[in-house]
Amino acid sequence: MRIRFKLNGREVEAEVEPNTLLLNLLREQFHLTGAKYGCGIGECGACTVLLDGEPILSCLTLAVEVDGREVTTIEGLAGDGELHPLQRAFLEEGAVQCGFCTPGMILTAKALLEENPNPSEDEIREYLKGNLCRCTGYVNIVKAVKKAAEEMAG
Amino acid sequence: MYINKLNTHIIPFKFEYHAPKSVEEAVELLSRYGEEASILAGGTDLLVKMKQRVIEPKHIIDIKRIKDLTGIREEEDGIHIGAATKLRTLERSKLIEEKLPVLHEAVITMGSVQIRNMATIGGNLCNASPSADAATPLLALNAEAKIVGSEGERIIPLEEFFIGPGKTALKPDEMLAEVISPYLPENAGTSFMKIGWTDFDIATVNLAVILKLEGEVVDECRIALGGCAPTPIRVHKAEEFLRGKKLTDEVLEEAANIVSGHVRPRARWRRAPPEYRRAVSRALTIDALTIARKRIEGLEVNRGED
Repeated sequence: MRIRFKLNGREVEAEVEPNTLLLNLLREQFHLTGAKYGCGIGECGACTVLLDGEPILSCLTLAVEVDGREVTTIEGLAGDGELHPLQRAFLEEGAVQCGFCTPGMILTAKALLEENPNPSEDEIREYLKGNLCRCTGYVNIVKAVKKAAEEMAG
Repeated sequence: MYINKLNTHIIPFKFEYHAPKSVEEAVELLSRYGEEASILAGGTDLLVKMKQRVIEPKHIIDIKRIKDLTGIREEEDGIHIGAATKLRTLERSKLIEEKLPVLHEAVITMGSVQIRNMATIGGNLCNASPSADAATPLLALNAEAKIVGSEGERIIPLEEFFIGPGKTALKPDEMLAEVISPYLPENAGTSFMKIGWTDFDIATVNLAVILKLEGEVVDECRIALGGCAPTPIRVHKAEEFLRGKKLTDEVLEEAANIVSGHVRPRARWRRAPPEYRRAVSRALTIDALTIARKRIEGLEVNRGED
């Protein structure tokens, strides 16, 4: 099946099977390997991408479902070689260790800050609870999201 | 044949994908393919089952592009919720928060933000898990299911919709179109509570309560219990017991005993034994009734308080 959609701001086309998952389309055809295969059953959030701006799980989405829609992956976040404030804050706060959860974590945090530009720690933890991290213990991730929020507020 | 349920990287079989634009078109596909077809809404349950080969549908009917199946409408007889309405839409709806707070309280506990951006209310009900979190509040609300099929439309009480674990009253050529929830009685207090492995896990036991008092005496009480029987159930015996009584500690205890007496063990329960579910359903009954009463009195109650 032929599908067309917007991927990181660019109109793209792809030929997919009905059983192709969005995650595998992104990784294998578009070579965007930021979104990760973690659990495959909707518990870890490593495959999170934004669909029309909302975080969803690309491992539980058929590729055909995104026909005519807009997908943003972590690769689409930095503009003109300039990191997104969230990406910078994650680096500065040491919110990245192995990095496996980071793309999903940052995309979910991006949706949070668009919805709620000044979240409390509880609100950050609640919003990010579908993104599991086995390294950091979350403390620096929460700090990074707060820092990015402050920076984005100017 | 040995199936590795841990390989959830791909969907390991082929199927045909259909994306009908109207309910009529969807029903036509359903009557053509019957039991070989599965309806895809949010996919958060269906795709997991397909990856694990629990089911292998030959046809997938994606109903997300049918506009008539999404949205929340305020009507005279209650609030109508399209089956393909996302949980996140319910969570963000002021109407649901104000008019059906017990449903709102349940929805915000369901999965993660990502899951709620995908999963639909109809999917949660049609998946028919005995502990479906949207089911218990809607049962307590006396909600009805609007079903469409090739023979036309029918409306049944949600209590008759669930017939077993993963089984609903839907015939192969039928689909859930809408959930209709009557408004709450005036001055009613409500509460939804659940216990699961983790905060966003599916409930092991959940419970929804709607309480209306006349002075200090119970005028009406509705209790729905999930995760304790082959389907989510209403506990009518406890409701009848409570009518006309003051909510003393003894009365709460007795009501809780009646509720926990409805735990019907299933052979497939691996996550928690019957004794645990009895203990939890007893505790949740007392807590939920207490919280519902506090809410009638206008007291702020946080989830998880005492």
